[in-house]
Amino acid sequence: MAGLSYDLIALQLFTGLALGAIYVLLAIGLSLIFGMLTVVNFAHGAFFMLGAYVGLTVLDHGGNFWLALVVVPLVVGGFGLAVERVLVRPLYGRGIDYPLLLTFGLSYVLVELVRIVFGTTGYPVDTPDLLQGATDIGIGYFPLYRLFIMAATAVILIALWYFLERTRYGLIIRAGARDPQIVQVLGVNVARVWLLVFGLGCAIAALAGLMAAPLQGANPEMGGPILAEAFVVTVVGGMGSLMGAVLAGLLVGCVVSLISLFEPEMAKVSIFALMALVLLIRPQGFFGRAGLMS
Amino acid sequence: MTDITTPFAGIDRRKFLGTAGLAVAASPFAINIARAQEATIKIGFPVPLTGPYGTEAQNQVRAAQVAIAEFNEAGGLNGRQAELLVRDDKLNPGEGATRALELIENDKVNFIVGSLSAAVQLAVNNVTKQRKVIYNSISQSDAINEAADFSPYTFHEALNPHMTAGAVGRYAFPKYGKKVVFLTADYAYGYEMVRGFQAAGKAFNIEVLADIRHPLGTTDFSTLLPRIMSLKPDILCIINFGRDQQIAMKQATDFGVKKSIQIITPILLYSARVAGGPQAFDGVVGGTSYYWGLEDKVPTAKAFNDRFRKMYSGAVPTDYGAMGYAGVRTLLMAAKNAGSTDAEKVIPAMEALKYDYYKGPEYYRKCDHQAVQSVFIIQSKSKDMKNADDVFDVVATDAPNEANLRSCEELGHKA
Repeated sequence: MAGLSYDLIALQLFTGLALGAIYVLLAIGLSLIFGMLTVVNFAHGAFFMLGAYVGLTVLDHGGNFWLALVVVPLVVGGFGLAVERVLVRPLYGRGIDYPLLLTFGLSYVLVELVRIVFGTTGYPVDTPDLLQGATDIGIGYFPLYRLFIMAATAVILIALWYFLERTRYGLIIRAGARDPQIVQVLGVNVARVWLLVFGLGCAIAALAGLMAAPLQGANPEMGGPILAEAFVVTVVGGMGSLMGAVLAGLLVGCVVSLISLFEPEMAKVSIFALMALVLLIRPQGFFGRAGLMS
Repeated sequence: MTDITTPFAGIDRRKFLGTAGLAVAASPFAINIARAQEATIKIGFPVPLTGPYGTEAQNQVRAAQVAIAEFNEAGGLNGRQAELLVRDDKLNPGEGATRALELIENDKVNFIVGSLSAAVQLAVNNVTKQRKVIYNSISQSDAINEAADFSPYTFHEALNPHMTAGAVGRYAFPKYGKKVVFLTADYAYGYEMVRGFQAAGKAFNIEVLADIRHPLGTTDFSTLLPRIMSLKPDILCIINFGRDQQIAMKQATDFGVKKSIQIITPILLYSARVAGGPQAFDGVVGGTSYYWGLEDKVPTAKAFNDRFRKMYSGAVPTDYGAMGYAGVRTLLMAAKNAGSTDAEKVIPAMEALKYDYYKGPEYYRKCDHQAVQSVFIIQSKSKDMKNADDVFDVVATDAPNEANLRSCEELGHKA
């Protein structure tokens, strides 16, 4: 192939990591909610989309991107809390497909509501002024904004890790995931833990949507394709494993990127081929606990 | 004296006939005759009201209603008024064919105009040609001109990919350079456009460095851009539509493609530019069948825009919308000229039309009923915009010329 150089391959890998960062952000919320609540959240893509639209609303009302980074997770996370309390909670203990169907339906309702309120066409979202343009990273030019996404993802992951592994509340969450009954017996209100985890997952999804908006604009259907990709990442990484979601997200990004270099038509299929391959060799994914779905 | 004994004595013969005529006219029987003569002209209009092209389809409907209103105000066809029967084809060929069949069988439409997809228009055309109902398609397609799909009842008011890509290529290749990379949506629309560019590019000896295909509905082009930039082309030709196009333009801009490479696209839509924003599309060159800004140069465009603005509180018609107007108006004018809605009489009247309804002179070529018309080359701007609708500069006009179409022989039509 003409023009193939080490710089190009290195740049392609780097592009893959940047792409993977967005997969990681969406998958991490999905994995968090599944790992702690065993709820397969099919509305996750809709929360991603809501993040973009709430961000758009903030921008329309004179706010800037940085303000939106604060407002969006609070608003959508708050909405996530309400969804857990009112819709998901009555379904605990009824088997895994109940909340799955509920969130599946919810995603349709949310997409339709956004279509009614904001229209079907979609809106452009400008890259924040500070992050416009491309910069030389040694192997070629790379958009500043994508570098920002990689950095922001790293910050969110470190914060999440610190919260779960190093704080009292994180300890309770981890204990609640392993054995909710014992935690309940010890006098902890497990329902409140679940509420918080669901809200947190939704807030991260919304943040991912907000950060994706300057890349692809905001439209009501934007959550669909990326949800499929996030599910692949979650399955490859192991359902419920945060570490797995991070590694698998970056891996999927790199695979897509390298395949695009040689056979762009195969890029989309390659994600699913990778999933099939991993499932054949390791049915529970990289770090998944076997039997969690049963 | 016999005169006096006759029952009709004193009554003028003419007067009698007149009175009798009035009496007959008052009877229900006569009303039926009158109704039959003045039955409304029904035009079926299947377009994808729901789905990704919904906004565009709404614009087609609005513009078509302008044509209907003008026709009716001008007295219709000897008093017969026209009516638009709008249906949703959902951007689905099966749905489009079913709606067309219902319009013909149940609603007894006289003509069908519509569609916003190459695949749907071929499906509708299949139905109309079997039922011998005239269909005027208002969406791009090369296949509909070809002998295999064509019928005497098939008309194509829209541009086709060969004309559009050809016009853009003839403008861009001598101006920006010969080294070209194509970034193409992986379906019929993309292939037809690439073929059109390559046909036009032969005369300029263009060198195609790569033809990269991406699946429909791609949301991230970042993995394709480093390679495109490393190939160092003069021109990046992005051939896709709707959201794919908006995202590709935006991300190419972010990667700094525009610093050294001119981006061109066969169809640069008004609605895509509005949805994609000035930044993403800045400097992009493309083709269009119509842009409202033509009104400075083309008087009929001014008249059409003004009428549209008046009916829809100041909004301007879009490119595909305007074709809804032209598609309906040509049929109504042909029916008026023919003095009938009978397909066999309207077809020769359509073929005889030399019209300038909204964009300058046009006519239907005899062999494939393709509307021979101008293609406008436009460039997207981000500065010096007079208002929110002012998004393009018209940089060139590819005048109507049959030489820019594929020849009748090439399409398989016998001379």
